[in-house]
Amino acid sequence: MALVGGYLAYLFRHQLAWPNEPVPGFGQVGPDQYNMFVTMHGTIMVFWVAMPILLSGFGNFLLPLMIGARDMAFPRLNRLSYWTFFLSTVVLIVSFFVPGGAFAGGWTIYPPLSAEPGYTGVVWGGNLWILAVALEFVSMLMGGINFMTTTLSLRAKGMALFRMPIFVWMINVASILFMFSVGPLIAGAFMLLADRTLQVGFFLPAAGGDPLLFQHLFWFFGHPEVYVLLLPALGIIAEILPVFSRKPLFGYRPIIYSTLIAGVLSFVVWAHHQFISGIDPRLAMPFSITTILISVPFAFSLFAYIATLWKGSISFSTAMLFALGMIAEFLLGGVTGIVNGSTAADIYVHDTYFVVAHFHYTLFPVTFLATFAGIYYWYPKLFGRFLSEFWGKVHFTLTLIGFNLAFLPLFSVGIAGHHRRIFDPSAFEFLHRIQHLHVLATVGLIILLTGQIPFILNFFLSLRRGRLAEANPWQANTLEWIAPSPPGHRNFETDPVVVRGPYEYSVPGAAKDWLSQGEAS
Amino acid sequence: MNHAVSHNSSVEVPVWRLGIWWFLASEIVVFGGLVVCYILYRFNHPEWGMEAGRTLLWVGSVNTVVLLTSSLTMILAHYSIVEKGDLALGRRYLGVTILLGLLFLCFKGYEYSHEIHAGLVPSRSLFWGFYYLMTGLHGLHVIGGLVANGVILGGLSQGRTPHRIESIGLYWHFVDVVWIFLFPLLYLASQGGAS
Ligand code: HEM
Ligand SMILES: [Cu+2]
Repeated sequence: MALVGGYLAYLFRHQLAWPNEPVPGFGQVGPDQYNMFVTMHGTIMVFWVAMPILLSGFGNFLLPLMIGARDMAFPRLNRLSYWTFFLSTVVLIVSFFVPGGAFAGGWTIYPPLSAEPGYTGVVWGGNLWILAVALEFVSMLMGGINFMTTTLSLRAKGMALFRMPIFVWMINVASILFMFSVGPLIAGAFMLLADRTLQVGFFLPAAGGDPLLFQHLFWFFGHPEVYVLLLPALGIIAEILPVFSRKPLFGYRPIIYSTLIAGVLSFVVWAHHQFISGIDPRLAMPFSITTILISVPFAFSLFAYIATLWKGSISFSTAMLFALGMIAEFLLGGVTGIVNGSTAADIYVHDTYFVVAHFHYTLFPVTFLATFAGIYYWYPKLFGRFLSEFWGKVHFTLTLIGFNLAFLPLFSVGIAGHHRRIFDPSAFEFLHRIQHLHVLATVGLIILLTGQIPFILNFFLSLRRGRLAEANPWQANTLEWIAPSPPGHRNFETDPVVVRGPYEYSVPGAAKDWLSQGEAS
Repeated sequence: MNHAVSHNSSVEVPVWRLGIWWFLASEIVVFGGLVVCYILYRFNHPEWGMEAGRTLLWVGSVNTVVLLTSSLTMILAHYSIVEKGDLALGRRYLGVTILLGLLFLCFKGYEYSHEIHAGLVPSRSLFWGFYYLMTGLHGLHVIGGLVANGVILGGLSQGRTPHRIESIGLYWHFVDVVWIFLFPLLYLASQGGAS
């Protein structure tokens, strides 16, 4: 699905750089198609790439291993969740091919565009969109049940809560955030579906409904959702940094506490997405404040990560490079978020490419840089072989150059007043002088996409040709490295017993610079 | 799901109980979202009071009693099986629960057909949109609960573990509680209206 999302980005980025020229390998993109591609790009990247990879993928593989469990608490539910997800993917793909095409009203499915099929000309695509996302949510909820119960009940002997790796904490907090935030959106989706099929008009002003209500429901979910994506990524980084700087993670408990605080705060910031939707200015103020407040715990965590590097003996493996890249790029995304969070500034930049640049500087590092870091780091555990470090570094270089080239210009494009979701920028006189920036961004995307070829080849060729890896190739402490590579059917040969915290590297007086968390019982 | 082998379990709560509570919590936020939306609109639409007056109050009331009674028989079923170990009695109570659930659905179906004949359809006004959405969703939960009850009734006779009866019991009470919220919101709040 990442490839589909990337391909859609290629289609509309080409249109933005060279308006109305046929896209090589596709043909002419029409305005309706443009809307459809943008919508589906956002939908796919958030719900079918970021969430399943970060939560389900890494979570299902690592969480039981890291707490010393043989399997998840409900293996059958896990399979059900997997197949529900698969079904949701099929529904989404099918929606491209029904008459009228896939949904085209933006990934936030704002009414009235989404509530009345007549407005976009998309009838079935919209209903299928709702169905697909609903199935995906059900699948993720089932996953969440599994993560929580597994963590609470299947930890190895000695695995106290405050000995769990940060990644395990993050997956659990993310599951809780998801569970508590998604309900209102599901309710809203039912109402939307009723609008579309039974002509009720919950969100249509003509029928006495209120489109703003949907925005509240959506963002009450939407903002916690970005942390649902962010937290597992931060968890991955927290596992990698200590290993490659041979130092304990700085501020283990404070990171957990600040994550919990941020989790609670994430439920009271949602209206920062609606500063110009016509909400009461007296409401905008508190939401502005909470938004700026919530950056404090995250800033703390990032500084704790950076402090971990301080005076460490750092080795720049590919995994480490991606981890460092993630922190650096995410910082830029976070800092520009404060601009969006301040009502006064946001009124100007809202719905411009500045916002597009901002959220890609947060979401891209989270979705791809952290994922790549995790793949390079855990690949030996998954398959018993290493990925090529050389091609890994090529991949890293191209990805970073491509990404920055694709999105750094968009900050300027946004400040120059270019609104997003515009099919043909050449139609606006005042945008002509920034057209070269769009070209630059599209060249960046092409570099970015090409840069993934070495990765894909590396991934598949290393399955058979990669250098063999022993059980603990990075000399890391957490429990997954006790299990054989790849782990067998029940994960561990004998149930491990946990004797210390997860990040005891370079302990003074110890014989070696790492001390595994567990011992075979 | 092999609960017995949850090897070095570190909390006392069994996994299935954690699972069912998690499930219920996620259901609560869904219904909660709907109810909050309804209440927000209700403040701005005092005329909904009149519409609410057109619901069949007597059917709603009877159904409330039916559902509450079914919760009672559910508790009795649980009590008989888990506390007294009397499987046969428990089965009978569970059977009564299922019958009451079916009765609830019959009344609801009668109500729907009556209303649709009177032109009170979802597209008539937002109130009826909410009415059908909320009671419909609740009805689907009742149907789901009945199916689960039936499965468990079948399973009990083969001597399956009794923790299922507790799980379904919790779920059934939840469905009941949802109704306790819907009934006053949709049927009772019928005069004038707030603000
Ligand atoms: C592969 C590199 C990517 C490129 C080049 C890219 C490019 C873009 C551009 C230019 C837009 C705005 C189009 C418009 O408003 O007219 C956009 C929208 C969006 N992108 Fe990306 N994107 C990429 C990856 C991602 C990722 C990883 C995510 C999230 C995990 C993401 C999520 C979104 C969302 C949510 C939207 C808004 C869609 C909408 O307006 O409905 N994108 N993308
Ligand atoms: Cu937000």
